[in-house]
Amino acid sequence: MNNQNTIYGINGPVVTVKNAKSFSMMEMVYVGNEKLVGEVIEINDLVTTIQVYEETTGLKPGEPVYGTGSSMTITLGPGILNNIFDGIERPLKDIEKASGSFISRGANVDSLNKVRKWKVKITVKEGDFLSAGEIYAECPETEVIMHKCILSPNLSGKVVKVEKDGFYCIDDKIVTIEDDKGNFHELSLCHEWPIRMPRPVKKRLPATIPLITGQRVIDTLFPISKGGTAAIPGGFGTGKTMTQHQLAKWCDADIIVYVGCGERGNEMSQVLDEFSQLIDPKSGRPMTDRTVLIANTSNMPVAAREASIYTGITLAEYYRDMGYHVAIMADSTSRWAEALREISGRLEEMPAEEGFPAYLPSRLSEFYERAGRVESLNGKEGSVTIIGAVSPQGSDFSEPVTQNTKRFTRCFWALDKSLAYSRHYPAINWISSYSEYFIDLDGWYNENLGNLFIKYRKQISSILHEESQLMEIVKLVGADVLPDDQKLIIEIARVIRVGFLQQNAFHSEDTFVPLEKQKLMMKVILYLYKKSKQLISAEIPISRITEFGLFDKLVKIKYDIPNNKLEMFDDYISDIDDAFESILKA
Amino acid sequence: MIIDYIGVKEINGSLIVLDNVENVSYEEIVDIRLSNGGLRKGRVVQIEGKKAVIQVFEGTNGISLENTRTRLTARPMEMPLSPEILGRVFDGAGRPIDGLGEIFPDKRVDVNGTPINPVSRIYPQNYINTGISSIDTLMTLIRGQKLPIFSGSGMKHNELAVQIARQAKISGEEGSSFCIVFAAMGVKNDVAEYFRRSFDESGVLQRVVMFLNLSNDSIIERTLTPRCALTVAEYLAFELDMHVLVIMTDMTSYAEALREFSSSKGEIPGRKGYPGYLYSDLASLYERAGMIRGKKGSVTQLPILTMPNDDITHPVPDLTGYITEGQIVLDRELEGKGLYPPVSVLPSLSRLMKDGIGEGYTREDHSALANQLFASYAKVIDVRSLSSVIGEEELSSIDKKYMQFGKLFESKFLNQGFNENRSIEQSLDLGWKLLSTLPKEELDRVDDEILNKKYVENPTFEQKILFDEDNENENNEDIE
Repeated sequence: MNNQNTIYGINGPVVTVKNAKSFSMMEMVYVGNEKLVGEVIEINDLVTTIQVYEETTGLKPGEPVYGTGSSMTITLGPGILNNIFDGIERPLKDIEKASGSFISRGANVDSLNKVRKWKVKITVKEGDFLSAGEIYAECPETEVIMHKCILSPNLSGKVVKVEKDGFYCIDDKIVTIEDDKGNFHELSLCHEWPIRMPRPVKKRLPATIPLITGQRVIDTLFPISKGGTAAIPGGFGTGKTMTQHQLAKWCDADIIVYVGCGERGNEMSQVLDEFSQLIDPKSGRPMTDRTVLIANTSNMPVAAREASIYTGITLAEYYRDMGYHVAIMADSTSRWAEALREISGRLEEMPAEEGFPAYLPSRLSEFYERAGRVESLNGKEGSVTIIGAVSPQGSDFSEPVTQNTKRFTRCFWALDKSLAYSRHYPAINWISSYSEYFIDLDGWYNENLGNLFIKYRKQISSILHEESQLMEIVKLVGADVLPDDQKLIIEIARVIRVGFLQQNAFHSEDTFVPLEKQKLMMKVILYLYKKSKQLISAEIPISRITEFGLFDKLVKIKYDIPNNKLEMFDDYISDIDDAFESILKA
Repeated sequence: MIIDYIGVKEINGSLIVLDNVENVSYEEIVDIRLSNGGLRKGRVVQIEGKKAVIQVFEGTNGISLENTRTRLTARPMEMPLSPEILGRVFDGAGRPIDGLGEIFPDKRVDVNGTPINPVSRIYPQNYINTGISSIDTLMTLIRGQKLPIFSGSGMKHNELAVQIARQAKISGEEGSSFCIVFAAMGVKNDVAEYFRRSFDESGVLQRVVMFLNLSNDSIIERTLTPRCALTVAEYLAFELDMHVLVIMTDMTSYAEALREFSSSKGEIPGRKGYPGYLYSDLASLYERAGMIRGKKGSVTQLPILTMPNDDITHPVPDLTGYITEGQIVLDRELEGKGLYPPVSVLPSLSRLMKDGIGEGYTREDHSALANQLFASYAKVIDVRSLSSVIGEEELSSIDKKYMQFGKLFESKFLNQGFNENRSIEQSLDLGWKLLSTLPKEELDRVDDEILNKKYVENPTFEQKILFDEDNENENNEDIE
């Protein structure tokens, strides 16, 4: 190791080294006597600039800087799930053991547990040829997830030695391969991968399968596909985090990667609490068995915040390569962008919009392009879905992070302050949000739910748009002056808004709603609309219809009909028929 | 060997630059002795080779290129701590100013603190009864929470903070382990004095630690004031097992001090001239609230900030809102109507509330009631804007009911006396009575089961009196 390089200057998390020739760009380095982790971010012939992932208080010029020769990597192997890491894959529980309740610097802990033994089954035999990214062993990582050991995408070769099945630690060598140059490589249960480099895949697949979330406004109006990208922008208090939590809890991905990037510490402890108590209905096991958390709270070092996003997506890609569907929640990407700005400011780079560096859009697009449904190198199908929260400054969606994110994501779930103020949750605004996945997903919906679903959705969405135009008038002259057919639109739109779009995350039945129930809810609401419209065109006043209380009854349908008793919808239809018959008779 | 560096190379605002410095460490404290005998303190904020940039706390007035002797202390900024610290008064940089002498420390702790490990945190769930209906019912304060008051110049945020501090203390079953850390940053002398007097009157002065950086004090010290205060708070909470309420006022002055310092350092400004790291900097303060596994105490923060021009999208309230767990927003219009506390209900929020209320904490109907009050009051605002266009006479009968509900909600529920301490039951029951002035089918956020139990179908004569607009009984004795 090179020991001649020493610190020259210090400014916040940025440290400079003079006259160093040996460093390469993005190389991981250890800074100072405490060996703080850092990364090389700028090199010129005089000065090498390093961003340090920990507090730099107390560093002195003249302290050594050690190169590692490789770029910032993380360890991929069993033990990632059911764990909580900081931004550079250090397990926070081990840091707690080492340094107590407060995080001290230079904590030197292993990324993955090195002594735990895994029950390994080796899936190759001597003489097999292993190409890059192929699976050579597997072990049950948790009760629900089978971990598959993947050959590093940089290696390939013939298997020359195989150990017996049995219990091994992650560093034990279980398979040896010989590559085409005649070099031998001993494979353990894990391998290293640089976080800023996307893991290679065989090919990308079209986005034709939806990620089912059980949230009505998303599944019905603004669906996202497996392997898709979505942005959730919203000012503070509009429920970004709550929406992310709901998606993490209920979406039908196999693995959840939750990145708390520059957010609140109490929120992370809530996620920990909730996910360990929440029993997954599919497996009967706690959510944590298929979750990995990355926590870089807002008071943890800013440079590690920048890395946490990459660490998260790399972990997600790793599980994707095993053939799982992974959803990664990044809360919030604005904090990441601000970390970029902060570092950029310390480097005295020329700022672009609002002080953000000019490379902000390219960084964002690099990140979101790592999503996708793919066929991995070993032929398995997997996907990474990215759902990124955006915290626009001053709730102004025209700020650079929101605008650039909008360009690179295909779903835009805009959270609305006025909806949040009236406690309409999820506060996804149905006018300004959109999803570009309709066309890709229509086939799936038609096949699995019949062709009515899409028809219903279109009707619902056109009623909502009509209502929003009518509301412009109502704001000026009041609802009383509208003709009855327009009053009906407003009335039925209220049912849709309160009864369908609003969803109560704390209600045991309403927190997750299967697609079939969503469809039937739309059906019964639209049936009431159709019938009422007929009466109104027969000149029966709307007050006669509303006095039956049918509209209010439909508002509560989400609570009144349990998810497993969908036949009850027929009663509602016949109730509507009865009521309308009695009106006509009178 | 102790070295004194004679003279400085450069002076710029509150910064001085020393050259040929050996063995200097980042963020360490230096003593600067002037030739006329004055002693100042400074902190190393940037190092480049042998050059060190030092920020002088007391300002650079009177410093020339030659008249100083600077000595490195090799220590970061530290706060002396001991149990005797309760009841003491310090200046903004943690020096005692109450004439009672120095603290004899059990230990000295770096004021910058270190982040609490997220896995060591306990998710806060115990509510604090503040005795204020609007806060208890609609934005419940939780022990270990950081809940700022967003206010504006001239509004009654100080009174509200004092009332919360006083009433929260009485209700706590562990009253003896309750204490207050008060940090004044750039506030007027009168305001600091008001807080001191109020604490004195409610008999808690012995349990208060005060840090006073008044508006004419050094801005560099101002950036240290909350750090000193929070270091003390953490010590009291996590080593002496106390429940600490930290009141910090005014965060806007703090942010402005940071901006002044940042621009004198020549840093690239972000929004409105504030440094790009304002978010991280504020987070390093606010995130020091919480509870820790295995420790009995807690740190609850009640920061106060005045929104310049009452603008909630100004960077300071904006970034604060993204870090803190909710906010209590005060409204000038309500204040103008003579209502106290002028809490603007709709933009106010407590994020930790959802898990700290309901059965086992407050009452099982709490969350339904809160949701419904929010929704109904939001409707009131819509109706009001409509009535301002078409006139109140033209409103439909249901809209008129909303108008009436809005008035009652503000005058009976929001409005309460400065010394009035309402129990949570009183507040919740009052809420249901108010909702009962609306038709039952309008209350669509409530489960039928709870609604049937709580909705007051035919108000009795006494209950009617409560809502009788002619009855100008202001002291609310007729409730219950």
